[in-house]
Amino acid sequence: MRVAIDQVGKQYAGPDGSPVTALDNVCLTIEQEEFVVLVGPSGCGKSTLLNMVGGLLAPTSGRIVVEGLTEDRDPTVGMVFQEVGLFPWRTVESNIGFGLEESALSTEEQRERIRRHIELVGLSGFEKSYPHQLSGGMRQRAGIARTLVIQPDLLLMDEPFSALDAQTRTLMQEELLRIWEAHRLSTLYVTHNIQEAVYLADRIVVLSRRPGRVTSILQIELPRRGRDAVEHSARFNFYCDHIWGLIRKDAEDALREV
Amino acid sequence: MALFQREVQFRLAFMERKVSRWTGPGGIAILIVFWQAVCMSGWVSELYLPAPTSILKTGLEMMASGEIAVNMQASLQRIGWGYAIGSAAGIGIGLLTGFSKLAEAIGNPLIYSLYPIPKIALLPLIILWLGIGEVSKITIISLGVFFPVVINTYSGVKNVDPLLLKVAVSYRTSRMNMIRKVVLPAALPVIFAGLKLAAGTSLLLLVAAEMIAAKEGVGAMILHYGDLMLTTKLMVGVLVLSLLGLVFNRILEWVERRLIPWK
Repeated sequence: MRVAIDQVGKQYAGPDGSPVTALDNVCLTIEQEEFVVLVGPSGCGKSTLLNMVGGLLAPTSGRIVVEGLTEDRDPTVGMVFQEVGLFPWRTVESNIGFGLEESALSTEEQRERIRRHIELVGLSGFEKSYPHQLSGGMRQRAGIARTLVIQPDLLLMDEPFSALDAQTRTLMQEELLRIWEAHRLSTLYVTHNIQEAVYLADRIVVLSRRPGRVTSILQIELPRRGRDAVEHSARFNFYCDHIWGLIRKDAEDALREV
Repeated sequence: MALFQREVQFRLAFMERKVSRWTGPGGIAILIVFWQAVCMSGWVSELYLPAPTSILKTGLEMMASGEIAVNMQASLQRIGWGYAIGSAAGIGIGLLTGFSKLAEAIGNPLIYSLYPIPKIALLPLIILWLGIGEVSKITIISLGVFFPVVINTYSGVKNVDPLLLKVAVSYRTSRMNMIRKVVLPAALPVIFAGLKLAAGTSLLLLVAAEMIAAKEGVGAMILHYGDLMLTTKLMVGVLVLSLLGLVFNRILEWVERRLIPWK
């Protein structure tokens, strides 16, 4: 699956009624089986862009096209949210099954798929737990399973690990790569964490702030797995420093603004 | 040089103080004993304040004669139907006005202009319209139940976490299923707050309606014995109402625990 974001812009009505441009003329493609990470300072509209790709926000201008569907239908988009958004009244199992309930699959098939995905994200034994009984990391695992179980054409992740503590986050990043290898979905991933971006991405798209524009696109020339190994550290750090250099001024501006 | 040390005190202990489960019943027991003592001392005439023991004795007699059963049955039927109809309508319309912008635009001005009218004031009108039988009593109770439930349901729906709606939309849930699977459960805690409020209102309207126009029912019984100055029997009626309210609340709490296990 390939996604073409074509001259997309988004304007909001600001607090005083005058239009605020959140995104301006963004052009970007996500290739088949490509892991694209959007980085930028807070307020650069990266989540806005992701929500538009997911159909949860309408662009003011431009269009977003999904190409390479094998049938004539709307693409199935899998969304993973920062705050997960598990239904508190459903157990892990039933949360993961949510997206399958209205599908044509038989109950047995649904159950089997749910079981496989619970295993995939390592939540076996917690099928009957309620979200409030889980740790933050486990909740996000459930969120990822819920998204993958519907076999989406496209995976969108909105800062999925930024509510987690640093240690859990590192483990979840490794975990995500392992899970991603199993599905190889075209992925758009939003983060403000540069290390995370360099660790995960095939390609990094840097956005500027107000209006959000694509400042730069970097191909990450490192092997998919094990980028935190010592032999890659020089190159890894080079990417991080370079991106930080691109974002720094905007981030400082964002900090000054209340 | 002398060195001192002092242990750090837990300064929030007062918030975690354990209270025995008998403290509550104990409080009631003390009140009843005091009441009994006042009556036995002869300060107050039995006509104005009957003693707890004579209320209990009369209550048992009235139970044996079947008088309480007859009146309770009449009252329970009215309140049962009234509460069921009022709360079902309240939840249904509340979900609709909360979820649909059109229903909200039409419904809210209507609901909020009818809400402040004390429902008892409508009783004569309703009796005129629907006659003096059961229908008018059930209607007035339904009306009283409807408003707190509809308003709570509406605000419950309005306060559903938008993230959960986004999740449902991103899995392409249909509108109907979105209400059933997401909006209703998410609003349930607030809906229950409304249902509990309505329980009190329904008792109030039950008694009022029975006092105005009924031969049977706990309210009618209380009014009857009040007219005859049979204070002890009147107090039995009051006690029955208090127990009825208590049981009603317990049932609602039980249902709430069953329906909202995730809280």
